[in-house]
Amino acid sequence: MTGRDGRIGSAGTGTAPDISGPAAPPRTNGELVFAEPWEGRAFGMAVTLAESGLISWDGFRDRLVARIAEDPRWPYYASWLAALEDVLVGAGRIGTDDVRARATRLADRPAGHDHGQGHGVRHAP
Amino acid sequence: MTDDRIPPSLRAEALEELLVERGLVEPAVMDGFVRTYENDVGPLNGARVVARAWTDPEYRAWLLREGTAAIASLGFTGPQGEHMVVLEQTGQVHHVVVCTLCSCYPWPVLGLPPSWYKDPAYRARVVREPRTVLAEMGLDVPAERRIEVWDSSAEVRYLTLPRRPAGTADMTEDELAALVTRDAMVGVAEVGPVGPVAS
Repeated sequence: MTGRDGRIGSAGTGTAPDISGPAAPPRTNGELVFAEPWEGRAFGMAVTLAESGLISWDGFRDRLVARIAEDPRWPYYASWLAALEDVLVGAGRIGTDDVRARATRLADRPAGHDHGQGHGVRHAP
Repeated sequence: MTDDRIPPSLRAEALEELLVERGLVEPAVMDGFVRTYENDVGPLNGARVVARAWTDPEYRAWLLREGTAAIASLGFTGPQGEHMVVLEQTGQVHHVVVCTLCSCYPWPVLGLPPSWYKDPAYRARVVREPRTVLAEMGLDVPAERRIEVWDSSAEVRYLTLPRRPAGTADMTEDELAALVTRDAMVGVAEVGPVGPVAS
């Protein structure tokens, strides 16, 4: 579909308007860059790892494309995070079950201790 | 590999802990990236590029010929900005940018993409029916202007150079930059006319 130069094609005129259908694009303007702090952390991890050369951005992007294609309705940064895990597991940086095991442990924290205290992890405000 | 029963917030926290423990991610470095893209890098950078192009014909020619170098000369470099191509809006052609596969976007000049850019509906529909999608987003492209849709890729990031609106002949570069919106640099809006509009 896409030419080598990235141009997809030219559109004709006179298509019927579909203004309010389910596929209408959202029109939100001026929204926050990250809807929730964890999205910023997921973003930051990928950029930090790519900038330090521990993952390749192209490899990450390939997994992101695949994860988005798997379920396009999945929240964007959930796909992002899954793609990052894929790349890290593929590179042998983490084991296949590491994240699930750690997340399960975190979920079992007593109430009031769910912000990573004592783990050396800081969170965006 | 992923487990839908675990919320992504918890997965992100778990992954960050593992990466920090293993020395793969330095928290302060990561905080710096997050803060930079949350607060500092945004469409104002691109607006400065556009304003310079509107006021300096030589810069404009360079920008259209060698986008990456011309943009870097204003200090805007970094990830996702290594291969920039600038598309000039004209009376004959309207350019609009998408990433059909994910969300490739020129971070150094526009910051991180808005949610609609990442939305599957925009990514699919702007290719199939760009004129309709643009109209829904508030931009009516007259029939005599051809619409060209450009798909960002791992190799290339696009920035559209909007047309300079009428009524801005006396404005400074800074004043012009203040007129330029993110949406106009993705090609889903134009920069509107300035001053009293004749009715």
